[in-house]
Amino acid sequence: MTTYALAESHRFHAAAADFLYLVPSGGIFSLDQLSAAILDALAPGPLSREQLIGRVSQRIACPPVEVASCVHELCQVRAIRDVATTVVDSPQALPDHFPLQTLVLNVTNQCNLSCQYCYEFGEDKIATPEGKKKFMDVETAQSSVDYLLAQSEGRRSVHITFFGGETLMNFPLLRHVVDYSREQAGRKGVNIDFSLTTNATLLTPAIIDFLAENHVGVTVSIDGPKEMNDKFRVFSNGRGSYEIMEPKIRELLARHHTRPIAARVTLTSHAMDVFKIYRHLKHALGFHEVGFAPVTTSPDRLYSINEPGMHQVFAQFGELAEEYLQFALRGELHGFSNVSDTLAELHQGVNKSHPCGAALGLVGVGPSGDIAPCHRFVDSDEHVLGNVATGIDRQKQSAFLNRGNIQSKHACHTCWARPLCAGGCHHEAFVRYGDTGHPNLHYCDWIRGWTHTCLEIYGVLAEQNPSFLEYFAERKAQ
Amino acid sequence: MNHIRAINRKARRIEEHVAESEGDILALQQGPGPKPHIPMGCSLVFYPGWEVDSAGGTAGLCQPVERDLFDCYVTCFWPAHVPDHLNNAPDWTSKCATGTKDWRNIDIVFP
Repeated sequence: MTTYALAESHRFHAAAADFLYLVPSGGIFSLDQLSAAILDALAPGPLSREQLIGRVSQRIACPPVEVASCVHELCQVRAIRDVATTVVDSPQALPDHFPLQTLVLNVTNQCNLSCQYCYEFGEDKIATPEGKKKFMDVETAQSSVDYLLAQSEGRRSVHITFFGGETLMNFPLLRHVVDYSREQAGRKGVNIDFSLTTNATLLTPAIIDFLAENHVGVTVSIDGPKEMNDKFRVFSNGRGSYEIMEPKIRELLARHHTRPIAARVTLTSHAMDVFKIYRHLKHALGFHEVGFAPVTTSPDRLYSINEPGMHQVFAQFGELAEEYLQFALRGELHGFSNVSDTLAELHQGVNKSHPCGAALGLVGVGPSGDIAPCHRFVDSDEHVLGNVATGIDRQKQSAFLNRGNIQSKHACHTCWARPLCAGGCHHEAFVRYGDTGHPNLHYCDWIRGWTHTCLEIYGVLAEQNPSFLEYFAERKAQ
Repeated sequence: MNHIRAINRKARRIEEHVAESEGDILALQQGPGPKPHIPMGCSLVFYPGWEVDSAGGTAGLCQPVERDLFDCYVTCFWPAHVPDHLNNAPDWTSKCATGTKDWRNIDIVFP
């Protein structure tokens, strides 16, 4: 006798329709009355086939043969399962060679600001830059580009992100790398594009024009209006950076139109009014997009956000996401990029083995040419994976990847949000728990709440304005 | 799919995958479905009353015992029981027109 039980999934309701998010596949299906009734009937516990079909056909007055065919459909997509057959999804082994896509080039580890929460220089820093090069030289930069092009076999396009320190403190190198890598990539017939992250204090009209001409995407680190930004984003003498940045940002937004310009906000105990920050950056300054992330820190720092604070932030995230939805229903783009990022992943139906591409398709390169899993691990002796001159130590790389694989994060195995989260940032985990492979348990409720919010938005859009979702159709990686 | 509708790309891929496997061989992959299931070949089923009748003999069987021989020979390829009529012993039943009557005429085959 066949007995059915619910398989792992997450139900949600949007625009008067019922939806099912399947775990671990990441598929999203909308349910009709019958399929919803079958799932409801199984919610309290497993039922035999006869019981299930009998109960459901009675409850919603539907012929048993119709119920049976719906049970069959739900089985096929693994929304429900026959308890006698255990489906063991053996983890897909990582490919032996995963071609590189993105290189994050830390052109310098020096910075003209002294933001107190900085993961590179602050109290929780993991970098050990003592005795190492402070500025990347031309040779190292060129071998980094050569390394990227050699290791990205089969990719049609590759990407270089300039990072620091403060990136613009080594602008001459940046300019050289753009020219050099264009030439090298052109020779190989590969597309290459660029982006940089900066604190904007060193922008000049000439630099802005160069960035615009070369289609360099720009992300500005800024935490909101003056009083919030200047709380922790300060020069070494303690002076706030807002007044220096503001006119330069306005100039950047006025002159650079070839790529969207984004603001990247670090939420801290003194900058967590999401609405106010968003309004200021989007409307008063005119950024195209604003992305938020809570500061990476040990829990007891002055700038860390406590639990009630996180609840407040989450509530505001929800309200701003609602505003995003209203824009999207009208077919307009809203600038809250946290929603766009999650919707894009939900649209593809990703099911991640790792939280991000660190040490897979992406690596960070420090001023000395040392390769790290990503920019956040650059200059950390403990995490170095190799050097652009000698390549990656494959054993170290696979040790890092095995550690960060969702398969080894047992706490995640019962969580429905794991296809998207995969345990969260390796660096956050290391700072918090001293282990890059530790699940970021302090964010679990947040991640589940946020994923649920975005699923609801996705559901409403799927019902009421599906054409908007085509905006996310293009896959990022190619 | 009549009752659930694929919304995102992964769901559409699952749907395509299901559609492909629906058109494929069902019998051994999916177990009994809603329709009657008739497996091929004698080894998959147990026919009570084929080997002995209700009295323990072979006279009252619904099929004569000798049919076993031809069931293996004609509908199955079971080389352990019957000679290989395709290559090595094509004529081994040529003197046997009706198994129940002429089975004694079947040739002995020495491999």
